[in-house]
Amino acid sequence: MTVEILTCPDLGQAKRALASDKSARFFGGGTLLMRAVNEGDQEIGKLVKAHEPAMSEIRVSGADITLGASVTMRDVLDRDDLGFLHDAARSVGSPAIRNMATIGGNLFAVSPYGDFATALLALDADVVLADGMRGRAMPLADLLGGRGGADRPIVQAVSFRRPSAGEFRFRKVTRVHPRGAAVVTLAALVPQSGGVVRNSRIAYGGLENRPVRADRVERALDGQRLDEGGIARAVSVAADGFQGRTDSLATDWYRLQVLPVHLKRLLLGDD
Amino acid sequence: MSIKRKPLQFNLNGSDVAVFVNDGDNLLNVLRRGVGDLTPKYGCGQGGCGACTVVIDGQTKLACLVLAETVEGRQVETAASLAGGELDPLQEAFMDHFAAQCGYCTPGMLVAARHLLNENTNPTRGEVVEALSGNLCRCTGYEPIIDAVMDVANGAYSNRRAGGGS
Repeated sequence: MTVEILTCPDLGQAKRALASDKSARFFGGGTLLMRAVNEGDQEIGKLVKAHEPAMSEIRVSGADITLGASVTMRDVLDRDDLGFLHDAARSVGSPAIRNMATIGGNLFAVSPYGDFATALLALDADVVLADGMRGRAMPLADLLGGRGGADRPIVQAVSFRRPSAGEFRFRKVTRVHPRGAAVVTLAALVPQSGGVVRNSRIAYGGLENRPVRADRVERALDGQRLDEGGIARAVSVAADGFQGRTDSLATDWYRLQVLPVHLKRLLLGDD
Repeated sequence: MSIKRKPLQFNLNGSDVAVFVNDGDNLLNVLRRGVGDLTPKYGCGQGGCGACTVVIDGQTKLACLVLAETVEGRQVETAASLAGGELDPLQEAFMDHFAAQCGYCTPGMLVAARHLLNENTNPTRGEVVEALSGNLCRCTGYEPIIDAVMDVANGAYSNRRAGGGS
């Protein structure tokens, strides 16, 4: 092993350590970084850890939910009041992986991983980046889109509002059961008012390199009923604007072909 | 770059151990090369096969993905925790069901299965499948392994000694 470990007393020092060394990586649960270290990734020269207890906290205040970046998938599954996120958390790896994998790490996982980040994207989550005493919030969509504005940011926490019952849906499509990486992951926030969808948010994982919003689907869905006729146009544009991605699990063509099928099932609540 | 050797102390299967580790060492290397516990196996080094499954402070984890220094002061259990005067019921059931062929996955399977049964004495078949879903076996087709765990859960080996582990 040729990796140095640096343990910092706070996130400020960790941030400076990352800024001063391009080979440094912030270490969370280890499920991504240790794979690279085990492979002998020569771009990783230093693992930076920080002692920040708040990063392991789950805070629920009314409808406002904050998950510290070091919260694990297992931590989420242990909370009954986060039941709407259980499918997303349970979709990540095996039980042993879920005991290690963190919320923050999932935000930086490239496809076919990053299923939980896909769920958070649909929930319109904000991330809190380490920046001074209070941190700095930005939309998760900006972070995932590379519009973070900060060089190699450290995510402290993720915050979002609890969806009303039935508003949030999640579906991961795999070819290996019971556990497999995503062919495509879909998450949808479909608030309804007056019997029609308002301000929907649809996110895909596995389709491109990072989780992405499906804004054309959202526009086609808003104002429509969540029934076969109402969602028809949204389903017809499910793959519009996407290139797809080819890996050992599926080709870009296959992913784009199955996407509308699974979007339809997700929106209609079909298992 | 300076690679440091650091002292590391933790509890392994009920005994305190102390060892020096290199920066960046994973727990699997430390267990196998540093401490000499060869029950966790090196399969993929990617967290994908489960052959290195261990229990740390009551949670199953993959030793190949655990940065060794993070287990300072913690309780680590491996398949060696099942060793004793008698076989664990799971070990007997694995033999009876021919649940091991090459045997490489078996320690990880046993750790994951023992942990499940210690937490849930009456699992459904689906829960057994879920608990073992991170453990790959290229020999058996899984059914003998699942059958073995179910038989232990259903009491077929209840006259045998209770298992160690977590």
